[in-house]
Amino acid sequence: MDALTLHRLQFSFTVTFHYLFPQLTMGLALLLVVLKTMALRTNDERYDEAARFWAKIFAVNFLLGVVTGIPMEFQFGTNWSEFSRRTGGVIGQPLAMEGVFSFFLESSFLGLFLFGEKRLSRLAHWGAGFMVFLGSWISGFFIIVTDAWMQHPVAYELMPNGTYQVSSFWGLMTNPWALRQYAHNMCGAVVTGAFVMSSVGALYLLQKRDVDFGRIFVRVGVIAAVVASITMIFPTGDMQGKFVADNQPTAMAGMEGLFHSQKGAPIVLMGQPDIEAQKIDNPIAVNKVLSFLIYGTSAAEVQGLDSYPKDQWPTTLPLLFYAYHIMAGLGTYFAGLMGLAVFLLWRGKLYSSRWMLWPILLSFPLPYIANTAGWMTAEIGRQPWLVYNLIRTAGSDSATVGAGTTLFSLLGFMGMYTVLAILWVLLVYNIIESGPKPAATAAAQPQVHA
Amino acid sequence: MATLWFWIVAVMLAAYVVLDGFDLGAGILFPFVARTEEERHQVISAIGPVWDGNEVWLLAGGGTLFFAFPLVYASAFSGFYMPLMIVLWLLVLRGLAVELRAHFADPIWRSFFGGLFFFASAMLAIFFGAALANVIRGVPLGADNYFFLALWTNWRTGPNPGILDWYTVIGGVVALLALALHGALYLIVKSEGELRRRARKAAGLLWPLVTLATVLAIPATVVARPDSLQNYHGHPAAFLAPVIVAMSLVSMIVLLRKGSEVGAFLSSSAYLIAMLCGAAVGLYPVLLPSTNPAMGSMTIANSIVGPHSLRVGLVWWTIGTMLALMYFSIVYWLFRGKVSQYSDTYGH
Ligand code: HDD
Ligand code: HEM
Ligand code: HEM
Repeated sequence: MDALTLHRLQFSFTVTFHYLFPQLTMGLALLLVVLKTMALRTNDERYDEAARFWAKIFAVNFLLGVVTGIPMEFQFGTNWSEFSRRTGGVIGQPLAMEGVFSFFLESSFLGLFLFGEKRLSRLAHWGAGFMVFLGSWISGFFIIVTDAWMQHPVAYELMPNGTYQVSSFWGLMTNPWALRQYAHNMCGAVVTGAFVMSSVGALYLLQKRDVDFGRIFVRVGVIAAVVASITMIFPTGDMQGKFVADNQPTAMAGMEGLFHSQKGAPIVLMGQPDIEAQKIDNPIAVNKVLSFLIYGTSAAEVQGLDSYPKDQWPTTLPLLFYAYHIMAGLGTYFAGLMGLAVFLLWRGKLYSSRWMLWPILLSFPLPYIANTAGWMTAEIGRQPWLVYNLIRTAGSDSATVGAGTTLFSLLGFMGMYTVLAILWVLLVYNIIESGPKPAATAAAQPQVHA
Repeated sequence: MATLWFWIVAVMLAAYVVLDGFDLGAGILFPFVARTEEERHQVISAIGPVWDGNEVWLLAGGGTLFFAFPLVYASAFSGFYMPLMIVLWLLVLRGLAVELRAHFADPIWRSFFGGLFFFASAMLAIFFGAALANVIRGVPLGADNYFFLALWTNWRTGPNPGILDWYTVIGGVVALLALALHGALYLIVKSEGELRRRARKAAGLLWPLVTLATVLAIPATVVARPDSLQNYHGHPAAFLAPVIVAMSLVSMIVLLRKGSEVGAFLSSSAYLIAMLCGAAVGLYPVLLPSTNPAMGSMTIANSIVGPHSLRVGLVWWTIGTMLALMYFSIVYWLFRGKVSQYSDTYGH
């Protein structure tokens, strides 16, 4: 494998692994604020205890998010030095702001939130939780601004030495791509948080243990999940789709597997792209729907891949097609599942409907898959560009770092992250197995420290 | 403007060294000063609520370097690829060790993460010292401003050095000793009983070693990079840095003997800052000196980002650091005093 491929593999492996943790912590941070707010409003100690339980799971995931995030910050320079040299004048801005504005906020207040409950008033402890939420969501924003500039560069100037500089700070921060991407992505994080919460709740209800808490988790989780799942599709997913179609037509054609431009383009629900023959094998398609989804009229013409030179086609086309379909397919399933669950909740039957609790229990991995697939859609769809229409991926990697060296570090990351994954399973399993404790026994357990 | 950002980056990195320095120091001393489970718990609790925030200074400092001097960031990070990867892995391991050691009561689990805590902290201190020495000594810049540094060549400085040579090894040793001392002084402030007694003993042993290493490091730097004295010739004010280094070394030991624990810790912080300032003064206006006679060094002037970015940056950087200082004051104030007063709440 050549150095470029290895740099790409290392970056995508480490960022995909990293994003497993923030998607949960950003979602849970919001749900923790919800639980703390309910505790304040109802004065019901169980909500405080529920928040303490989820704070433990939060802490483990936060730790893994932190330790896997640090390599991300460095890899722009280590693996993509030519890209950093040319675009540092733009993306250095949001990346530095992320450190200054959100990591300080998050790390300081998380310490207070986890270890300071006895030293703070109830309101102040709620405030610490809120600051953690704010920090993680601001962090997400700056990272999205960075990525969005690569997807849809705005507010820049090209300098004579080939580097790019920001020409308008506000233009960069309000990149229309970033705003849409942020809305969609944060809903995705809430989906993960809510599915995980309701899944643990369903486990407790099915096991008939900690039933009080199981009900709280299922109720809060399911309601948050249905809201987030629906907004995933409409308006945020729909908005993203239209914007991609307008601004990255090659990516959209690849996502949909549309090889030939046509009026009244069909939507392919399932199939296997065949690049040589330029067609979809075994398609299950609905006529005219794609034209309607993008342009609002079923007769509109959609540009297919054949309208563009082949060197601008996304490089890993089938993966792009599958990633997009996995995301959208799971999104539809999420809205359906949680819609039904909320209906049962409203009728007062959810907690006793074991046939419904089972799929809720088993669905927790799916949002991780959907979020990862979504990112793969965005990142692969952007290829062969690193910055869309400005800078190609080839030639942006570090020229002085050879293929052998990169393989060495990639293998190192794989080994280390395998260990992290095992530790993660062990720790989270242990927390779920120990369960939330009523306040009295929690205090009598001094041997279980951080 | 470029000068200002040079110093902003330097200050952020100095803040990192002073703050995370005591976390690393506590890790280096961990197996030596903490013998019982109770004492080990005290050490971890002393840094538990703050280490992550301290580490953010490194990220924010690195981010600010990327923002203000993208060319240097690109060149240095790719040139130092291998040691940086190792640093990243060590940072991962250190973070895990601090947070996970207490998760299970099993003695095997705890021994393992305790050992990891020591190993990662000590290695990080050495790597950071060697990294700074590399920047002071210079790197073999190529025509396109990129460079490749082998981990080692012939252990000599000169036009074609390695990451490790006699000079950078000295840098690593100085950092290891100085941060261990810094950690000992922090633990004295934070702990009680036997642990505090052993930390005092460690500080007493380390102080002469640090003093000796400091005295050695200065002529070594002049040999490794003769240019580093240039700024000192023109600007007598620059001599403030070595003077403060000497003064803080003396006040450290005097205050410790007198029982002013916080004073001794602050002296050690002043020592670290003055050492780093001394290095920065020696470098300015160069960010990455070139050992290649055919290539000029990378200076602040030829790597600074555009003026619009810098203007906007000054606004958000000021607001952001003010906020960060506020958060730090709140956290350090709430977790003030000896560990035993809050370690009961350090646990979840
Ligand atoms: C739980 C996760 C999740 C779910 C259920 C969905 N998405 Fe999504 N999607 C994401 C998580 C995500 C994401 C991870 O958040 C992405 C990746 C980058 C981004 O901005 O958001 C994304 C990107 C993304 C893009 C942009 C791709 C690009 O930039 O090239 C489009 C067009 C959609 N999504 C559309 C949809 C539609 C129509 C969905 C519903 C049926 C849907 N997504 C469900
Ligand atoms: C700020 C956020 C992000 C930035 C700046 C970013 C940037 C990059 C860069 C520089 C590459 C390597 C060059 C390339 O192959 O295109 C890349 C590739 C990739 N990234 Fe991202 N990324 C971000 C977020 C994510 C996230 C969160 C994920 C997944 C969860 C992700 C998944 C991928 C994948 C799968 C690739 C490989 C694509 C390919 O090689 O075809 N990215 N991204
Ligand atoms: C290339 C891309 C990325 C880089 C350079 C990066 C960098 C980092 C760093 C350095 C940390 C540790 C902060 C600390 O020490 O407290 C971190 C954590 C975090 N990152 Fe990333 N990150 C990337 C991708 C993403 C994406 C795509 C998101 C979400 C949209 C995200 C959200 C977060 C959050 C919320 C945290 C806080 C820790 C946690 O909750 O797990 N990151 N990231």
